[in-house]
Amino acid sequence: MTINSFKRWYWFHKWTSLVCTIFLLLLCLTGLPLVFSDELRLWLGEAVEPPEHTEITTPVVLDALIKDAQSRRPNDYVKLLVRDDDGPAWFVFMGNTPTAQDNSATFMFDSRTGEFLYSLPQNEGIVNFLFRLHVDLLAGLPGTLFLGVMGLVFVASVVSGVVVYGPFMRKLPFGVVRNDRSPRLRWLDLHNLLGIVTVLWVLVVGITGVVNTLDRPLLGYWQMTEIGAMITAWKDKPRPPVLRPVDDAVRAAESAASDMLVRFIAFPGTPFAGSHHYMVFMRGKTPLTARLLKPVLVDAETGKVSDSRDLPWYLTTLLVSQPLHFGDYGGLPLKIVWAALDAITIVVLWSGLHLWWKKREMLPEQWLAETVPQGTALETPTLEGASR
Amino acid sequence: MRQPLSARQIWGMPVILALISAVGLVSALLGDGIWDVMSWFALAAPTAVVLWSIAHPASHSS
Repeated sequence: MTINSFKRWYWFHKWTSLVCTIFLLLLCLTGLPLVFSDELRLWLGEAVEPPEHTEITTPVVLDALIKDAQSRRPNDYVKLLVRDDDGPAWFVFMGNTPTAQDNSATFMFDSRTGEFLYSLPQNEGIVNFLFRLHVDLLAGLPGTLFLGVMGLVFVASVVSGVVVYGPFMRKLPFGVVRNDRSPRLRWLDLHNLLGIVTVLWVLVVGITGVVNTLDRPLLGYWQMTEIGAMITAWKDKPRPPVLRPVDDAVRAAESAASDMLVRFIAFPGTPFAGSHHYMVFMRGKTPLTARLLKPVLVDAETGKVSDSRDLPWYLTTLLVSQPLHFGDYGGLPLKIVWAALDAITIVVLWSGLHLWWKKREMLPEQWLAETVPQGTALETPTLEGASR
Repeated sequence: MRQPLSARQIWGMPVILALISAVGLVSALLGDGIWDVMSWFALAAPTAVVLWSIAHPASHSS
């Protein structure tokens, strides 16, 4: 690398980092507790676990859960019925209207006994606050998209950081942290070491985070195109006077996609089902395919399957990106490892900021000369064209 | 006067750690049980290297 290209990459690393560091610090600090959001919600009493049952019971009638939920909020509409992936439970999501974006209530039921378990708090509590801060800076979709742009800048900063790592390490064995000289060198060595060992994880979490910021636009696009095409033939038909129970829709979808399991059901009148149908979203059975969905459209009048589709590529990308961002796909030990990597990233961000502040008057080549042992950074052939 | 290091000396460990991280990120997606355990150990490698390096400060004061 020539000294001029080093200076360009150094400048690029400095400015991309300065633009995004403060937001990345916020994302890492809020993300650290959010890695454990399931555990925190239980601990803070914002969620419950189904009780232990030893006796085998008959499968629960889902329609009874719907009737129970409806009786608790007679003026509201059932939007979704969602199966818990981790425990024996179903969740009923209600809205003030069938198309309401926000939920008016979320009820949790035991999937073995049908017993009502819990009414989840809506938009309150510390975990929810951290989540909102992390996802949209409390500013809705514009906040989310802004964080997506910051994520892209961060990826550029990481890549340029890798490029300038080489010249700084030309005479230093890997992993060396110089304690016995200036504190500035110690911070630089830590910044370089911690940054380079976590670089792949940081890039994956960063890029999947950027993909996640597009979730609402992507789902909206899917709803307008493919889901719209599935339900278009019934668009002008009225809602059936009597709906078949949701259990019939589930049975029909299960026989249409026999190698899959029900993940959730969108109810008639909601944007993902249309006025005349249930949309049963099926999922695969392996850890990877469990994230992917297959929509099966079931007529709410006849209980017959009308249509089903495979997931478009952009939603496959989104749904595979989610676990790789959350770190929630390998049990508690993976979450702990995830948190450690997040903590290391916080140190990298902080040390980068600290180094910039301490040497903001210094030229990049002076800094390189000071940091490379024996101060001879500019004399090797790889940095030709430089004068001392 | 210390000689500049070769590309392999500079990039060897970073590349190895990136490959180990990649294995760790993917393996827990592919299966449960042993696949999860593999991802725990693989993704713990960067943190282990950091702790080892801090616990063994350099004598390279040159």
